Amino acid sequence: MMRADLELIYDWVPQGAHVLDLACGDGTLLETLSQQKNVSGYGLEIAPDGITACIARGVSVIEHNLDDGLGAFADQSYDLVIMTQALQALRRPDKMLDEMLRVGKEGIITFPNFAYWRHRVHLGIRGYMPVSKSLPHAWYDTPNIHLSTFNDFEHLCRDKGLMIVDRAVGVGDHRGHWTSRLWPNLFGEIAIFRVCQRT
Amino acid sequence: MPDSHPSAVTEPIPADSVGLITPEVAHFDTPLALACGKVLPAYDLVYETYGTLNAQRNNAVLICHALSGHHHAAGYHSLEDPKPGWWDAHIGPGKSIDTNRFFVVSLNNLGGCHGSTGPVSHNPETGRQWGPDFPMVTVSDWVNSQVRLADYLGIERFAAAVGGSLGGMQVMQWTTAYPERIANAVVIAATPRLSAQNIAFNEVARQAIRSDPEFHDGWYAEHDTVPRRGLKLARMVGHITYLSEDAMGTKFGRDLRTNDLNFGYEVEFQVESYLRYQGDTFSNSFDANTYLLMTKALDYFDPAAIHGGDLARALAPAQCPFLVVSFTTDWRFPPPRSRELVDAMVSAGKPVSYVNIDSPHGHDAFLLPEARYQAIFSGYMSRVARDLGIREAR
Repeated sequence: MMRADLELIYDWVPQGAHVLDLACGDGTLLETLSQQKNVSGYGLEIAPDGITACIARGVSVIEHNLDDGLGAFADQSYDLVIMTQALQALRRPDKMLDEMLRVGKEGIITFPNFAYWRHRVHLGIRGYMPVSKSLPHAWYDTPNIHLSTFNDFEHLCRDKGLMIVDRAVGVGDHRGHWTSRLWPNLFGEIAIFRVCQRT
Repeated sequence: MPDSHPSAVTEPIPADSVGLITPEVAHFDTPLALACGKVLPAYDLVYETYGTLNAQRNNAVLICHALSGHHHAAGYHSLEDPKPGWWDAHIGPGKSIDTNRFFVVSLNNLGGCHGSTGPVSHNPETGRQWGPDFPMVTVSDWVNSQVRLADYLGIERFAAAVGGSLGGMQVMQWTTAYPERIANAVVIAATPRLSAQNIAFNEVARQAIRSDPEFHDGWYAEHDTVPRRGLKLARMVGHITYLSEDAMGTKFGRDLRTNDLNFGYEVEFQVESYLRYQGDTFSNSFDANTYLLMTKALDYFDPAAIHGGDLARALAPAQCPFLVVSFTTDWRFPPPRSRELVDAMVSAGKPVSYVNIDSPHGHDAFLLPEARYQAIFSGYMSRVARDLGIREAR
């Protein structure tokens, strides 16, 4: 059983794709993709527990800090570069987006939508920084230094001239309800984007 | 890294040890052509094994040793042995290289001074000791001889070849020279080539030995002497590169052996005492000619050289998954050197995992137990066993 955003990504990954998974965690996605879709590639991770889990399950994982960029990876050498729940923790999410599409033909990005209605209630009505399943940390110890909304990310893609191939939202453990498809910025808890360079 | 002078107290052998081990010798009569152009007509390799070779013969793990290493990687030679083999922290029942699952083969490389044919062996052609006449051997020569040992033991394919430092270089060589004969490669605290600084340190060590008046151009045995001072200096300078500045600082700081400065050149600081002890111990147990040729093997290793410096191309023949491990404070073969290897593997499209272990112990960290290192190492080896269907022996 995979996280909701991972399940959705699973469906988007083509058979036999060469994939780079940024912040691959314990390697669940890559393991499932390699077993069921014959996908090859590497995971990058910095958390020791995640790396140990990847190695134990036989996922190729490279200890790497994403804030150092993807310098070692060649241009357009991957079919797909995936980054789940890490965008908001990077020093420069915009530069990482450039890097992802330099290295890969397509990118899939997921992040917590700060404009999700529950988050709005926390901040707008109660006057506190939101704490939720997708944003579990307190304001003072959160690794999430660049929170953004569904709309913010669309803006960034537009500014960069990127094409949004697909987008979706996740709510809790489920894929989005019809309300979240209609008003993703309000009802989507997790934003999921599939982007590529405009040719 | 011995911490203190060996104690004379005999303690029982720990339960997670491979126990009492007797080295064995394999003799080879087929001449071995060496990279330097010379041919070794016949030779011995001394080796130890731990665990049991299974019926499928697919559970063998090869251990490749480092500069001053040898075949005695785990267990004890006698109950009076003050300390176990050099990699006992990682080889044994329930340890990273679990001898309940794996059959471990550990040898002394050619040119060594612990029982395999080398400078201290008898040269049948001249009737004297080989001494400085022993041909220069390289990493690829070692691997060629290790393949013969595998044949001798009936091992078609190793479940893994594992090595730290110079041992890691042998593992790299295995993956490209004999890709069909290893299923996994573990390269720890190594580098795809020595830096100018590394070669410089080796040259200081060699000069220390060669300029010792007792060296006699390598024929010291015939003069009934040993270039002890040279070997000691070589080891002292080498040892500095094995430790990190922090490790040395924590261990010795500026501690004095006596309370006051005595304004002389005798040992005053604890670190001086430690280095002198390390040097003395080494100069009494290691052969100078062996040390010289092993440092040259290190200097010469550069698999990318014949591919115009393109390491990815050099690695093209490799077929097996790699685990590459470095240590944060290793300044002899620092993490960027391992990363260089990993990046080349990634651009060659080879399966590789890379871990940079946080350790204060410098290059020596690869020999020591450390929680994260052990978790990674044992996790990887368990996966190797699982993939090959290797079961725990009862």
